[in-house]
Amino acid sequence: MAENETPLWEVFIRPRNGLSHKHCGSIHAADEVMAVQAARDVYTRRGEGQSIWVVRSADIIASDPKDKDELFEPTAEKIYRHPSFYKIPDEVGHM
Amino acid sequence: MYSQGLIGADGSTDESQEVLAAFQQRIDAEEKIEPNDFMPQGYRRTLIRQIGQHAHSEIVGMLPEGNWITRAPTLKRKAALLAKVQDEGGHGLYLYSAAETLGVSREEMTEELLAGKAKYSSIFNYPTLTWADIGTIGWLVDGAAIMNQIPLCRCSFGPYARAMIRVCKEESFHQRQGYEIVMTLAQGTPEQKAMAQESLDRWWWPVLMMFGPHDADSQHGDQSMAWKIKRFSNDELRQKFVDATVPQAEYLGLTLPDPDLKWNPEKNGGQGGHDFGAIDWDEFWAVVKGRGAMNRQRVEARRKAWEEGAWVREAALVHAQKRAERNRLMTQAAE
Ligand SMILES: [Fe+2]
Ligand SMILES: [Fe+2]
Repeated sequence: MAENETPLWEVFIRPRNGLSHKHCGSIHAADEVMAVQAARDVYTRRGEGQSIWVVRSADIIASDPKDKDELFEPTAEKIYRHPSFYKIPDEVGHM
Repeated sequence: MYSQGLIGADGSTDESQEVLAAFQQRIDAEEKIEPNDFMPQGYRRTLIRQIGQHAHSEIVGMLPEGNWITRAPTLKRKAALLAKVQDEGGHGLYLYSAAETLGVSREEMTEELLAGKAKYSSIFNYPTLTWADIGTIGWLVDGAAIMNQIPLCRCSFGPYARAMIRVCKEESFHQRQGYEIVMTLAQGTPEQKAMAQESLDRWWWPVLMMFGPHDADSQHGDQSMAWKIKRFSNDELRQKFVDATVPQAEYLGLTLPDPDLKWNPEKNGGQGGHDFGAIDWDEFWAVVKGRGAMNRQRVEARRKAWEEGAWVREAALVHAQKRAERNRLMTQAAE
């Protein structure tokens, strides 16, 4: 990043009390205080939020989308991780 | 797997009445408390203790079942048991993270467990002697855990409640795989059915103890209920569990080892429910205080795993340093 570029921040909003913060987009700002202010102005103009997290985009480590298959495909065959794999008679009630 | 009626947390707190009342108002309005919010010392301490014990229970809970992975009777059972034990490890990790949001470190919690100072559910201090025990644990121990954990999804502390939602989604398969194992045995040869019955005989009472002491003898119940950490008392949850389990045992043709167990139409406010016999609380306290059959082995197994994993942790750190150095050199070369 060039020295005078304004850094990018990822914005996470807690939409309602009790829910976790959810990613909603990103914002440019010179530091963390301005990032929170900017996130408020851009992403919560209609009371969408209870709380805001901002994280420097550069600090986010993401998996590569092209690795999707090798990362996640193996769980597809593990059908025994799901409750429906086991045959339980209706008579014994919900389980 | 499971959290037990909390053992030995100190809910006492020294904030002013006004501050406590304002906090209580938030609780009564069903607001979730988040890590950076104000909370009374006693609330924080109780949660650190409870979530910590719950996390340790998930981790130690892997041991009794892990004991049978290599001896599971079929590939299907082996894959399922492996997947279940793996889930329990994951549950421990979700919970340790939830506890860490309250300011306790993972290292402190691990140290307490390895030093034998941390409590975990008493049920995991019983040995798994037969394959039927794996079925019984899934059916009853996970069943009791689910009974306990469902109301914890509405716990007033946000990170704990959210961890519980994730956990509960995963628990359903645990109980079903257990029940299916017991059902297969109960419908099998007379020897197999006898094995299922013998296992049920050994586990039934310890499972009822998982809900913790009777309400009248439980010191922390009232404050935890007022703070909505708990939603139901130990005895209420135990009663729900017994009522849910009786028809499941009947379907299997197995007998719950309690001569005093009988239907009482007056119970549960006239809806009916089961009376059951007296629980041996001396046994419970002996196990909690370290004198169960497996207490020593469980902590020893955790310590061994920790020590034998030391080289992996060290190697990972060195690998990380090397990779950082390599990246630094590559960036330098590119400039
Ligand atoms: Fe679990
Ligand atoms: Fe479980």
